[in-house]
Amino acid sequence: MSILINKDSRVITQGITGKTGQFHTRTSREYANGRACYVAGVNPKKAGEDFEGIPIFGTVADAKRQTGANVSVIYVPPPFAAAAIWEAIEADVELVICITEGIPVRDMVEVRDRMRKQNRNSVLVGPNCPGVITPGELKIGIMPGHIHKKGRVGVVSRSGTLTYEAVGQLTELGIGQSSAVGIGGDPVNGVKHIDVMKLFNDDPDTDAVVMIGEIGGSDEEAAAEWIKKNMKKPVVGFIAGVTAPPGKRMGHAGAIISGGKGTAQEKLAVMEACGIKVTRNPAEMGKTLKSVLK
Amino acid sequence: MKIHEYQGKELFRKFGVATPRGTPCFSVDEAVAAARALGGKVWVVKAQIHAGGRGKGGGVKVAKSLEEVRKFSSQILGMQLVTHQTGPDGQKVRRLLVEEGADIRKELYVGMVVDRGTQRVCLMASSEGGMDIEEVAAKTPHKIHKVFIDPALGLTDGEAESVARHIGIPEASLAQARELLQALYKCFWETDASLAEINPLIYTGDGSVIALDSKMNFDDNALFRHPDIVAMRDLDEEDPLEIEASKYDLSYISLDGEIGCMVNGAGLAMATMDTIKLFGGEPANFLDVGGGATAEKVTAAFKIMLSNKKVKAILVNIFGGIMKCDTIAEGVVAAAREVHLSVPLVVRMKGTNEELGRNILKDSGLPIISADNMADAAKKVVAAVKAKKKKKKPAVKKKRPVAKKAKTKTKTKTKTKTKAKPKAKRKKK
Repeated sequence: MSILINKDSRVITQGITGKTGQFHTRTSREYANGRACYVAGVNPKKAGEDFEGIPIFGTVADAKRQTGANVSVIYVPPPFAAAAIWEAIEADVELVICITEGIPVRDMVEVRDRMRKQNRNSVLVGPNCPGVITPGELKIGIMPGHIHKKGRVGVVSRSGTLTYEAVGQLTELGIGQSSAVGIGGDPVNGVKHIDVMKLFNDDPDTDAVVMIGEIGGSDEEAAAEWIKKNMKKPVVGFIAGVTAPPGKRMGHAGAIISGGKGTAQEKLAVMEACGIKVTRNPAEMGKTLKSVLK
Repeated sequence: MKIHEYQGKELFRKFGVATPRGTPCFSVDEAVAAARALGGKVWVVKAQIHAGGRGKGGGVKVAKSLEEVRKFSSQILGMQLVTHQTGPDGQKVRRLLVEEGADIRKELYVGMVVDRGTQRVCLMASSEGGMDIEEVAAKTPHKIHKVFIDPALGLTDGEAESVARHIGIPEASLAQARELLQALYKCFWETDASLAEINPLIYTGDGSVIALDSKMNFDDNALFRHPDIVAMRDLDEEDPLEIEASKYDLSYISLDGEIGCMVNGAGLAMATMDTIKLFGGEPANFLDVGGGATAEKVTAAFKIMLSNKKVKAILVNIFGGIMKCDTIAEGVVAAAREVHLSVPLVVRMKGTNEELGRNILKDSGLPIISADNMADAAKKVVAAVKAKKKKKKPAVKKKRPVAKKAKTKTKTKTKTKTKAKPKAKRKKK
């Protein structure tokens, strides 16, 4: 098993005809069972056409009805991305993964509010994230597939390349991954560390988890408190941004220390107090995880 | 994006948030004329810079005559205003706001931000206005009242009135305060703001509720739908290097250290900075080259890093995923050649085609130091800086005298500053 996605997932790509959508659909399709998993694309102006054999539909609802897809991945440009997310959610797609970076925060506040008020069951990952991968089965997103190795360690992170760094270290040590989830660097997003942690906790094929956070907000702290009370598996952690000055946005819209809150030191302290083995050296994320494996 | 107080107040008035009458001024004569036109007996002369804490730094003065308006304006305009947010060098004051004086009965605080936890706009208000609100939050959290606003409903009458009551608005002024808070929310929401702050919000002797200050920041991702706000951008208030970087789609932030770093991805960039610090160095910047690190982009990144004269070595850390390491290596070599790199360069590349990439660096004939992992890279770059410092006077005198101590550093700094300033001034006029 794994979390969120596996070889039986069936995927719709929203924004399949754009440059980014095309590129990543190709590489994702080449990975493991991608050829069978990518079943539909969406573009209202190109319904009836296809992208390298993947049929294109006018709406997500159509694509879902005709292919039985249960996941949608979004590469739609920022001004239209929130509407694309909502379209997938309204079509009751189980899992919606939004890769798009640069969506206005207000748009996401509205989407999340509607999701809550209408009790929508869809799980939203992102936006501004690398996506989700279950090594050896399916890759949905922009991460390099070949650095991964099938195995039993879960990875959850707010940032892209830092996730690859952790995965790369694990693979080098011969430790495979069950699933790796990038939840994105935006201030208002879908699943948070705590949500992904719950999934890993319930997954019989995950033995331990690497949790990577960064400055800003208090999601890592919330996850740490939950872990202390509920987690049955060892968790190791790293927080990026010990050197980040307050008030400066470090690339990600969400990576900012404001009002003295959300510092890396504070997060690391809470995580440690909650029994998470943290490292302050990002070159040792893999080694730290190895040390907690039985 | 940030704007000035007077621009924020213009937006406020557009949405129905009451402010004192005032005029932005760019010269002392303009300031005196503005005060005369405003009439009255008391005026406030306020420095317009983006940083907070202007009052404490001497950038806000109350004038009781037109002579005083002239005196204070000439003191403030052109001064290097130092506040807790500007850093030790301060920020040059190029604009003033001249306002009518207000009969302050009580100072309050109102702010709005997007709360990540509830994923709603949070209205924060306190009876303790005029002070550092972070201090109030830390010492007396019960004095801060919060409302998490339902985006479908907006700030309701009941919520607004309750907040107004909590912060001590007198009964007779409640309706006014409610309208002001609702107007502020509308202003925040419709302009895609990321911060709106009124500190202080006041009520006056005659019961008026007025925004005496205005601080607004905006969501950069939403600027595409607000050309009117983009037009308010004041490049004089921004770091020229950050402006230059944004032209190449690079995310760059100047820091105080001496090791320049270029990384792909924001999280990895922060982690790289942290590793440098962990091994005893100080990062000179945050720089995320993003996904498409082309030779042009890498060259631009090198030029930007090196225009910070504090930089004594550069660390490049790339995790090549979609981007292949050989492509990046070619970019780094081309960039190093073009800028005639004279500081040590440590490169750590990982991922697709990393062997090819390393060979390209080795065969380039450039003195590039290769590293296996992040820790190794950080150690090597810190060592390179230390080695450079030890060589008191390097033979390469035609380059820049980097090895001298702080004295020379500050000297060259002020030199470049004074050089740069009149230029900027001339440009303005």
